[in-house]
Amino acid sequence: MVDIPYEGIAGIPPAEVPEVELYHPRSWWTRYVFSQDAKVIAIQYSLTASAIGLVALVLSWLMRLQLGFPGTFSFIDANQYLQFITMHGMIMVIYLLTALFLGGFGNYLIPLMVGARDMVFPYVNMLSYWVYLLAVLVLASTFFVPGGPTGAGWTLYPPQAILSGTPGQDWGIILMMSSLILFIIGFTMGGLNYVVTVLQARTRGMTLMRLPLTVWGIFTATVMALLAFPALFVASVMLLLDRLLGTSFFMPSLVEMGQLSKYGGGSPLLFQHLFWFFGHPEVYIVALPAFGIVSDLISTHARKNIFGYRMMVWAIVGIGALSFVVWAHHMYVSGMFPQFGYFFATTTLIIAIPTAIKVYNWVLTLWRGDIHLRVPMLFALGFIITFVNGGLTGLFLGNVVVDVPLSDTMFVVAHFHMVMGVAPIMVVLGAIYHWYPKVTGRMLNDVLGKFHFWVTFLGAYLIFFPMHYLGLLGVPRRYFELGDTAFIPSSAHSLNAFISVVALTVGFSQMVFLFNLAWSLFKGEASGGNPWRATTLEWQTPETPPGHGNWGKELPIVYRWAYDYSVPGAAEDFIPQNQPPRATQLVQGAAS
Amino acid sequence: MVVALILLLVAIGSVLFHLYSPWWWTPIATNWAYIDHTINITFWITGFVFVAVIAFMAYCVFRFHHKEGRRADYNPENKRLEWWLSVGTGVGVAAMLAPGLVVWHQFVTVPADATEVEVMGQQWQWSFRLPGKDGRLGTSDVRNIASDNPMGLNRDDPHAQDDVVIENGDLHLQMGKPVKVLLRSVDVLHDFYVPEFRAKMDMVPGMVTYFWITPIRTGTFDVLCAELCGAAHYQMRAKVIVDEEREYHAWLEQQKTFAELSPARAVVKATYQSGGR
Repeated sequence: MVDIPYEGIAGIPPAEVPEVELYHPRSWWTRYVFSQDAKVIAIQYSLTASAIGLVALVLSWLMRLQLGFPGTFSFIDANQYLQFITMHGMIMVIYLLTALFLGGFGNYLIPLMVGARDMVFPYVNMLSYWVYLLAVLVLASTFFVPGGPTGAGWTLYPPQAILSGTPGQDWGIILMMSSLILFIIGFTMGGLNYVVTVLQARTRGMTLMRLPLTVWGIFTATVMALLAFPALFVASVMLLLDRLLGTSFFMPSLVEMGQLSKYGGGSPLLFQHLFWFFGHPEVYIVALPAFGIVSDLISTHARKNIFGYRMMVWAIVGIGALSFVVWAHHMYVSGMFPQFGYFFATTTLIIAIPTAIKVYNWVLTLWRGDIHLRVPMLFALGFIITFVNGGLTGLFLGNVVVDVPLSDTMFVVAHFHMVMGVAPIMVVLGAIYHWYPKVTGRMLNDVLGKFHFWVTFLGAYLIFFPMHYLGLLGVPRRYFELGDTAFIPSSAHSLNAFISVVALTVGFSQMVFLFNLAWSLFKGEASGGNPWRATTLEWQTPETPPGHGNWGKELPIVYRWAYDYSVPGAAEDFIPQNQPPRATQLVQGAAS
Repeated sequence: MVVALILLLVAIGSVLFHLYSPWWWTPIATNWAYIDHTINITFWITGFVFVAVIAFMAYCVFRFHHKEGRRADYNPENKRLEWWLSVGTGVGVAAMLAPGLVVWHQFVTVPADATEVEVMGQQWQWSFRLPGKDGRLGTSDVRNIASDNPMGLNRDDPHAQDDVVIENGDLHLQMGKPVKVLLRSVDVLHDFYVPEFRAKMDMVPGMVTYFWITPIRTGTFDVLCAELCGAAHYQMRAKVIVDEEREYHAWLEQQKTFAELSPARAVVKATYQSGGR
C-alpha cells in the first residue's frame, strides 16, 4: 500500500503549527532524575517495572515450591501462599506489564516513531513517573507492615478482601487499594500524553495510516486504558470506604467470624462488574502493544512488509472496541443474571475473528520473506506459538457452558499465563533485543540471547501446556495444597513437581538475560544507528542514542508507509520512511 | 533447519500429549455429558487450527530463512485471501458457539419436576438443607443465625420446621432425580464444586444462586470450594453421596429436622404462631 504517488512531494503539507521550544535541563538532577525527556522517563519506568517484576518472579518461585513439593518448606504457610499469589498477579498485570508497555515502550517509541521532539506535556509526563514510583513503593511496603500484604487474590473480591478471614486484612488491603488509586492517577497523566502526542505531534507526512503498528497498538491500548481504569478507580475507592469507614457499597448483611457484622445492603457482584469492566480491557491493554510491536519485529526481520496493514489497523481498533463488551465472561459462574451468558459468550467468540486475522497476517508476512532468525525474530515466533495456544484455549473459557466445569481450575491459570503472561513477555524480551541498540548504541550478546530464548520459550511452554490438563482433570486454583482428594491421582502430583522444576529453571535463565543487559552496556559490539536496516523513524535519528529533542535541527519529513521492505527495483531491501521519492529513484537508476 | 524442526515438534508434541497423557476429565456423574461433548468439539476445531498455523509457520521458516541473495516478495495486501480467512474463522467460531449456547439454554432451564436442596457455605465448612415432608424450604436470613440455628432459618416460618438440616455432615442425592441445588453464603464468596458433576456456581452472601443436575451414577464424590474464601479455602471440604432410591430414603429417615434440633421453647412458639394459619 504505497499510498503517496512517488512524484508527489506536493502531498506533504507544510507544517501547520510552529515548533515549540523544548524544555532544556540545566543540571544533572533535571537531566537524569527529574527529567522531562520522554526517553529518560521511559528508562525510569522500565527499570522500576523490572525491579518490582523481579519481586513477582521470586514470588512465583515460592508458589511453585509449595505447589510442587507441598509440606516440604515449613517457611511457607497457607496465609503466605495466598499473599504470594495475590502480589504476583497484581504486580505482573499492572505494575509490570501495563507500566512497561505504556510507560516504558510508549514513552520511548511514540515520539521517535511519529517524528516528534518529545511528548506534548513533558512536565506532566515526568509527574506520571514519580506518581507511578510512589504507587510501587506503597505496594512494596505492604511486605513490611503488620499482617503483611493482602491475600485476597489479585481480583480482590469483597466481602472476602476486607474481612478478617483473609490475610492482610489489617494494613495490606488498605495499602493495596491506595497503591492502585495512585497508579491510576499516574497512568492517566502519562496516558493523556501518549494520546495527544500521537494525534497532535506527528511530523509532516506522517498520516495515521503510515504509523508503524507499534504506535497503533500502544495508542489504542492507551485510549482503552483511559476508559477502563476509571472503573477500577471507582471500585478501589468504594472498597477502601467499605474497609475504613464501614460503608456498604459491596457488603451485604453477613456474618464475620460467627458475629453478625455491621454491614448491610451492598452488592458483591457490583464490585465484580466494575473490576472486570476494567479487567477485561486490561488484557488487551497488555496485548495490543504486544500485537503492534511483534508486527514490526516480524516485518523488519523477515525483510517484508507486514501483510494486510489496513486490516491489521482495523483489527487493533476493532479488538479494542469489542473488548469493552465482553467483561462478564469472567463471571459466568458468579451467580449473575443467567441470560447474560448468551450475550457475553457471543461477543467473546466474535472477538476471536479479528484476533485470528492478526495471527494469519503475521504468518503470511513470513511467507516468501527473507527470514533472519535473529533473537528478536525468535521471540516473535515464540510469541506466535504461545499466543495462538493461549488464544485458542480462550475459546473454551469464553463459550459460557464450557467455562462452567473449567472456571476456577488450573485450566484458567494455564490459559491466562499463556495468553497474557508468556506471550506478551515474549514480545517484551524480543523488543528489548530489538531496541536495546537504539537505547544504548550497543548490541546485546547473540549467543546469550539465543540461550535465553530457547530456555524461556521451551520452558514456559512445558510449564503451562500440561497445566491445562490438570485443570481439565478438575484441580482447583488458589489451593495451598491439594490434600487427600480422591479424583486427583498421584501422577498429577508428579506433574506439579515437574512443572515446579521447569519453572525454577526458566526463572534462573532470566539471570543470564540480566547479565547480558549489564555486560553489553559496556562490552557490547557498537551497533551504529540502524543495525537491523529498519524503515521506521526511530532508526533514522542523527545520533544514537538519540539526543535531547531527538532530531537535531530539522524534524524528519515522512514520504511513505512504515513497511517499504524489499521494494521491487530498489537497490536496498529497505527504504526509510523519511527517504524522499527522488532519492529512491536515483538509487533505482544507479541499480539498473 | 533446526528452528523449523523444533517449532514443528512443539505442535506434534502438543497433539501427542493430548492423546496419550494420563490427565483427563473425571468420569461424569450427571446429565451434563453435553458439556463434555461441547469441549470435545472445541478441542477438535482449535486443535486443527493450532497445528495448521504452527505447521505453516514452521514451513515458512524452513523454506524462506535467510540465504545469501534471497530477497523477499513485496506483497502488501490480498483482499480475497483476507476475506476467505475471516469467513472461515467465522464458520469455525459459529460451530463452537452454537452448541455452546444450546447447552447453556439447558443449563439455565430447570425442569419443573426438580426437587430442591440447599447448600450453605461459610468460612470454612458446608451445611445442607432438604425441604422435608412439605416439599418447601423455609425462609432464612443471616440475622437469625445463632449457635442453635446455624443456618439462620426463620423460626416463624412453618415451612422451615420440617426442613432437614445437616451441619458438618455429607449430602446425599438420589440417583436419576433432577435436583435444583440452591446456593447461599453467610459470609464471603464460595463455590460449590464437585468435578464429576461438571456444574458449579458461586455462592454470594445476600443472594441465592443455583444450578441443576440429574445424578446418573452412584458413588461418593469430593466437594471442594472453587472460589477463594480466605485462609482455609483449601480445607473447605465435604462429600456428596449419590444413592439408589432405597438407600437414599433410609439415610433421609435418620436425619433431624429443624424443629427437632431447636430448643423446645422456640418450637412451641413457632407452632403457636403457625397454628392459626
